[in-house]
Formats: sequence, structure tokens, C-alpha cells
Amino acid sequence: MLDFFPKQFFLFDPLSIFFLCVIFVVSFPSAVYSFGYLKGGYSPAKITLAWFLFFIFVLSMAFVVTVSNVLVFLVFWEIMSLVSYFLVVFDTGHEKSIQAGMIYIVMTHIGTAFLIAAFMMMYKFTNSFDFNVIKDACQTMPVQTRNIIFLLLLAGFGTKAGIVPLHIWLPYAHPQAPSHISSIMSGVMIKTAIYGLIRFVIFILGVQSSWWGILLLVLACITCLVGIIYALMVGDIKRLLAYSSVENVGIILLGIGLAMFFQSINMPYLAVFSMIAGLYHLINHAIFKGLLFLCAGSVYKATGTRDIEKLGGLIKKMPQTAVFFLIGAMGISALPPFNGFVSEWLTLQAFFLGALNIMGGARVFLVICAALLALTSGLAAACFVKAFGVTFLALPRSNYAKEAKEAPFSMKAGMLFLSILVILFGLAAVKIIRLLAIVASSATGFDISSMSFSLNNFILSPQAGKNVYLSVPLLAVGLIVLGGACFAVYKLFNKTKVRIYKTWDCGYYKLNSRNEYTATAFSKPFRIAFSFFLLPYRKTQKIRESFYHVKSFVYETHTTPVFKKYIYEPLLASVFKAAKSMRSIQLGSIHLYLSYIFVTLLLLIIFMR
Amino acid sequence: MAKIIIIIVQLILFIVVSPVLSGLISRIKNNIRMRKGQGILQPYYNLAKLFSKGEVVPENSSWIFRAAPFVVLASMLVAAALIPVFISRSPVFQAGDFLALIFIFALGRFFLALSALDTGSSFGGMGASREMFISSLVEPAFCMVVFALSLQSGSTDISSFGSRHAISVSSITAALTLFLVAIAETSRIPVDNQETHLELTMVHEAMVLEYSGRSLALIEMAAYVKQMVLFFLIAQVVFPACLPVGIIIAAIAVALVEVSVAKMRLFRVADFLGLAFVLGVVASVCAILGV
Repeated sequence: MLDFFPKQFFLFDPLSIFFLCVIFVVSFPSAVYSFGYLKGGYSPAKITLAWFLFFIFVLSMAFVVTVSNVLVFLVFWEIMSLVSYFLVVFDTGHEKSIQAGMIYIVMTHIGTAFLIAAFMMMYKFTNSFDFNVIKDACQTMPVQTRNIIFLLLLAGFGTKAGIVPLHIWLPYAHPQAPSHISSIMSGVMIKTAIYGLIRFVIFILGVQSSWWGILLLVLACITCLVGIIYALMVGDIKRLLAYSSVENVGIILLGIGLAMFFQSINMPYLAVFSMIAGLYHLINHAIFKGLLFLCAGSVYKATGTRDIEKLGGLIKKMPQTAVFFLIGAMGISALPPFNGFVSEWLTLQAFFLGALNIMGGARVFLVICAALLALTSGLAAACFVKAFGVTFLALPRSNYAKEAKEAPFSMKAGMLFLSILVILFGLAAVKIIRLLAIVASSATGFDISSMSFSLNNFILSPQAGKNVYLSVPLLAVGLIVLGGACFAVYKLFNKTKVRIYKTWDCGYYKLNSRNEYTATAFSKPFRIAFSFFLLPYRKTQKIRESFYHVKSFVYETHTTPVFKKYIYEPLLASVFKAAKSMRSIQLGSIHLYLSYIFVTLLLLIIFMR
Repeated sequence: MAKIIIIIVQLILFIVVSPVLSGLISRIKNNIRMRKGQGILQPYYNLAKLFSKGEVVPENSSWIFRAAPFVVLASMLVAAALIPVFISRSPVFQAGDFLALIFIFALGRFFLALSALDTGSSFGGMGASREMFISSLVEPAFCMVVFALSLQSGSTDISSFGSRHAISVSSITAALTLFLVAIAETSRIPVDNQETHLELTMVHEAMVLEYSGRSLALIEMAAYVKQMVLFFLIAQVVFPACLPVGIIIAAIAVALVEVSVAKMRLFRVADFLGLAFVLGVVASVCAILGV
């Protein structure tokens, strides 16, 4: 019996409510922001269309995370993908939009195809589309089937989440949408894929083989590193943020993968703890990536360019936006006392506790993963020093940047809201972890009543009785008090003069913006250190007036897009080749086509009785 | 109340004592090189001089440049407050653990790099780029040190390693890694050179090139405190019985390294820190194996 009309459509367990919160925490300020952002840039009809698409987009995401039926889930999943496609190609004036939209829609449908295959297999085994029925029936599923379903789900949701090497669409599509949509796409939409993974793999299937978690951890490590290395290389601020989303998905998946691993070896405390770390980073990333995309949008609106090599000095023209961007950058670089610090600390702590408490060779594996996370966090700090420093500091590098104006009130309000959340999610870590513990327990099915994660309202303590603590408010107070003390000492000796004068120019000409370090130059050490992966090449050409006098010098440098060149282009070429060879049966005769249909029908009747 | 007094005394100790380490290192270097050299107290004279001098602020810069010295020094002092000095555990041990220390160092570095970019000079950008490059490679090695030491003691509490555990293969390897990390973090040869102002080689000095007067004094102070924190950690691993002796041994070792090797090219530094990382992994694996 087909179960097309389920009795119960919705599921409001803590996991769904958590994801609803994530969706609305970012969508609300984005909506406020879009008042100012859309005004002036688009015609009134287009603004109406933007609002319409925006609401369908947010609603479809809200449905995706709350429905309790696989078919309905798929329907809303598709609505979400299609509406976001329309939003990616919203700025039709850009040639790149069409290409980005194309890559996006193809990749997202390949992902959905994997999902449909997985859901079909689930249905074949359980005869139901209802989450709870499937969950019960899955307990008796043979290992082989489970493994295949897991891999299909991983490929399907991995495409949406942007796991390397399926991330290819993300740096094209996210930057191309209007900025308030980019912030939702990067902040929230890719999180629905994480929701899918948690819901279907951890909640419904249940992790029994430990290789699932290990596979996810390996993929997550690769995703982190590849994402951040590419983010360091690009000069388009929104693409940089999109690549950084790839990195952060990796960090989130480190937490989720650890939770899966610990679930499979039956360590409830560690599974819940890692899940908390992953979910904490998930909501943190939603907040600061939403914020950073909104800031990037303000910069784009004020200057008309996304290329940070043409920006600079904006901290004087757009002081508030600069502060918001700085707060977001500090959050994403995991600097205390902001929110990213807490979640990365929790993730590292989860790795440490794993390495301490489990047995066997997996301990070494966890230690190495933690080191890669530390490397990622170092590279992320470098990346955001570049992003903030080149965009906002020193002198403007072009006239666009010179004439920039601060964003209007509605845009600032949206950014302010998210900035406050970045700070709040750092300071109120204990409260948030207590809430996340409930979510993690509902997702993993472990009882948390005997687990304690905190000493009191201000002090976090992951290992009861082992004296490991973290208190973000205490750190914040320490930083403020000691910074104030330094300032007091500084002021105490103010008998000497402070003079504002030129930057040291080696006694040569007056410095101008052409003397500044560029983003390309900033990332050069990284380009060379990671050249085995980035395969950079450069072209230099001297344009001579005569043999003795070089008039000008042309210098170009690029990195090779490894995944596109060595995976996707050969794949695409073979698809085209196959299509070409199929052409020989396409002769243009309608009778022939009818006979094809007839033969197909016959075969189906014979084999699919 | 007693806790607050202890923490204040501890911070004052760090501020008062830390410059002498740099003086000591340069004294040893000069002795080995058979130079007359500066006195051991020279860093204090330098600080006093800087505090009484005027300050020049580049006109291109913003409030980031003015605020960075306070953030940098405050973050190093927070790091100094977290480690146990007089009693077996820092009075504010609940604020953060060994892992948090990695991120606190990152906070100071982040602002220093931004202030360098803020000046609009190529030197600043060069220094910021190189510093962030080196530090991002230092972080995994540092993380491995934390893991190796904490796996032995069973927690990432800073005060839990050292005194409680006997010297093992793992802790010696971890200390060696920490020593390499300290060389990179305190801008010593072969990673960086504090004595040079040659644009091809300088890293830390390029970042702080535009600072002068009191702001420079604060930044130098932060560098001294950071150096002492790192030496302190090394001493706590290898010589927990008598920490001051351990710190002096670390300083002597740094001086010996500085006079005996040449500065590396920037891209060779990646190999150097790769070695540190591998040593750190070895230390962690030894800790897992229990040796």
C-alpha cells in the first residue's frame, strides 16, 4: 500500500526546532537588511519579485527541517533548490549569473538524484515514507543495505553541503545571488544538508559501523583544508566567503563525524559532546557568515565592486560596516571571546577526549584530525586578516573605494543584530550548550540526564572532575581589564607628543595606494607553500620600447582549479562523448522513435512483472 | 581577594622579569661572538627610552593602529595569567585551559597583523603576510604539543602536566617541539631575526615598523611576555623542580641556536615547522603508547 497521504506531516522534535531557530536567526536580519539593499539597485517589480522569492525560499527551508515524511521532504527540498536557483540568477545583468545558475542547478539535481535513490531503497525495505516508521523498520535492515543507503545519502546531502569534491557549485552560486540571499544560502541553506545528514543517518538509520564516522571525518578534514586554501587565494570578497563556507562545513562535519564515530562504538557522553560541538559551530557559522555576507553586500553596494584589490581604506568611509565585518572576522577566525572560539575549542576538546578515552589506532587518527583543524584555524585567521585588512584598511585603491558611503540604517540594523549575536554566543556559551545538549540527545537518542557540561552559569567543564574549564566571560573581563590597564599606563606617560605624519616611505616619493600590499601579494607565501595542490603558474612579459628600455611589465598569476580541471572537465567531456555516440540512433524518423518506445515497453513488461 | 593579589603579583612579575630574558639571550650571543655587546638590562633602558619619547602615527592609519598595542599586550597578559606560577594552579584557571592558550595567542597576532596592514606601507603588508603564514603553520605543531602533554596527564589543564609526571620520551619530544614553536613565535633565528631591519628577511620587525614611542613599548612588552610564557611552559615540562633554572636553560638554548644556525629563507621555514609538526605528532603518539 502506498502511503501517500500521511496522517502526520510535521515533526517538532528538538532537532527540528533547533534548525528552525538557525533559519530564522539569519533570515530575519537579512530581511531587514534587504529593505536598504534592494532599494535603488532594482526596479520596483524586481523588488517585489525578490521579496516573493525570499519568502518562498525561507518557508521551503522551514518546511524541509520540520516535515516528517520523506516524500514531502523531497518536495520542499526541490522547491528550496529551485527557488534558490532563481535567486542565484536574479541579477540577470551579469553574464556570470547564468553560468553560476547552470552549474548550481545541475549539481543540486545530481545531489537530489542520490537522495531519491536512497529514499527508494529505504521505502523498498520499510514500505513507508514516514520518518518514525522508517526509523523503527531500519533497526532490522541488513548491513549491506545500510551501507549503500549511507553512501547515497552522503553523496546527496554532501553535494548540498559542499563537501569536497562536490563543492564545485558553491563558490559560483553563493556570490552571484543578491547579498542578503547569499547570507541565507551560505548561512542556512547548506545547513539543511547537515540537517538531512543528522536526521537520516544518525536519527533514522542509526550509526552501527565505525567506518561511517571515519569516512566523514576524512572528508571533513579535506573539506576544511581545501576550502580555506582556496579562500586564501581568491580576491573576490563574496567568493572568499563562499570558500570559507566550504571550510566551515568541514569543521561542522568534524563534530558530526566524531559524533557518528562515538555513536558506533557506543560512547554516549562523547557522542553527545561532539554533536554539541558540531551544532554549536553550525549556528555560529550561520551567524557570522550571514553577517559577513551582509557586510560584503554593503561594500558591494557602496563601491560597485567585489574585487578587494580595488578596495581599501573603507574603515574611514564606512566605519560601522567595518566594525561589523571585524566582529564577524574575529568570530570566524576563532578569536576569544567571540563565538567561533567556543565552538572550535569544543571541537578540539572533543578530539582530545576521544583520543584520551577510546582504544586502538583510531586515537592517532583523531590526534591528526585535531592538528589539521588547528592548521585550518590558523589559515582562516590569515584569510580574514587579508579580507579585512585589504578591504577596509590603509588607503583606497580606486575611485570607487574613495567615494564609498556608509550603508543606510536598515542595512546597518541587520548587521548590528548579527554582530550582537556573535558576541552573545561567545559570552553565553554555557546556556547555549545546555540547550544544544537537549538537541544532541534527541538526535543521537542518548540520555543526557547524567551528563554535566558546566560548573555554573559561566564556566564550561567538559570533563567532570578533571579540572578542564573554559569561561568566556572571564576571558572577556580579563581582556578588557588588562587592556584598560595598558591604556591607563599609556595615558600616564602622556607628557610626550603624538604626531600624525606620513608613513615611512624610505625617503623616496610620497606613498600612495600603489605601494600597498595587495591581496595577491599577501597570499603569496601560501600559494608557494601549497603549490603542490594549487599548481600556480605565472606569465611575465616585458614590453620594450627598445632593447635597453623596458616600457612596462605584464605580470599574471593564476592557480589551477584542480577539481574542475582533473575531475569535472574530463567527466563532462565523457558525457558529451557519450551523447555524441548516442546520436547514431537518432535518425529523425518518427516511426523509428515509436518503435523504440514499443520495444522499451515490451522489455519493461517482460522484466518488471 | 587573595586570588586577585596573587594574579596581580604574577602579572607584575611577568612584566618586570620578562625583558631580562631578552637581555640575557643577547648577552650570551654577544659573549659567544666575542663582542662587547649590550648589558643584560638593556631592554629596560629601551623601554624607558620609548616611554619618554614622542610618538608618530601614520596619517593613513585608522583606530585599528591605535588600538592594536592594547589588544596585543592584553592578550599576552591574559595568557600569562592562565599559567601557574606561585601556586600549583593559576587563580583564574577556570578562564581557560591549554587549548585556549593557542587561540589567545592568535588574538594578539590577528590585531598586530591588521595594524601592520593599516599603515599602508609595503613593509607592513609584507610582515603581516609572513607572520600569518608562519603562525598558521605553527598552530598545528602547538596543538600537537598540547595534545601530547595533556594525553599524559589526562586533561588539558595547564597546571596538570609537569610536576605530576615523570620525564618520558613523549614529554621530552613535546618539549623539543615546544622549543621549535617558541623559536618561531618569538621571531628568533632561523625563522626570523630580531636584530635586522632588512626588508628581505624581517617578519615581526616589518609589522611593527611604523610604531614608535609608548605604543612600540607596549608591543615590545607583549613580545617579552609571550617569550616568557613559552619558556615557562618549556621549563614546566623538562625542569618542573626549579622553574627559574628551566627558564634560563631555555633562554641559553635559544641563544645557542641563534648563534649556530643561519636564518632560513621564508619558504624553508615551512620545512622547519613541518619538522616541528612531525615531532609533535611523534610526541602525541608516544603519549598514546604511554612511553
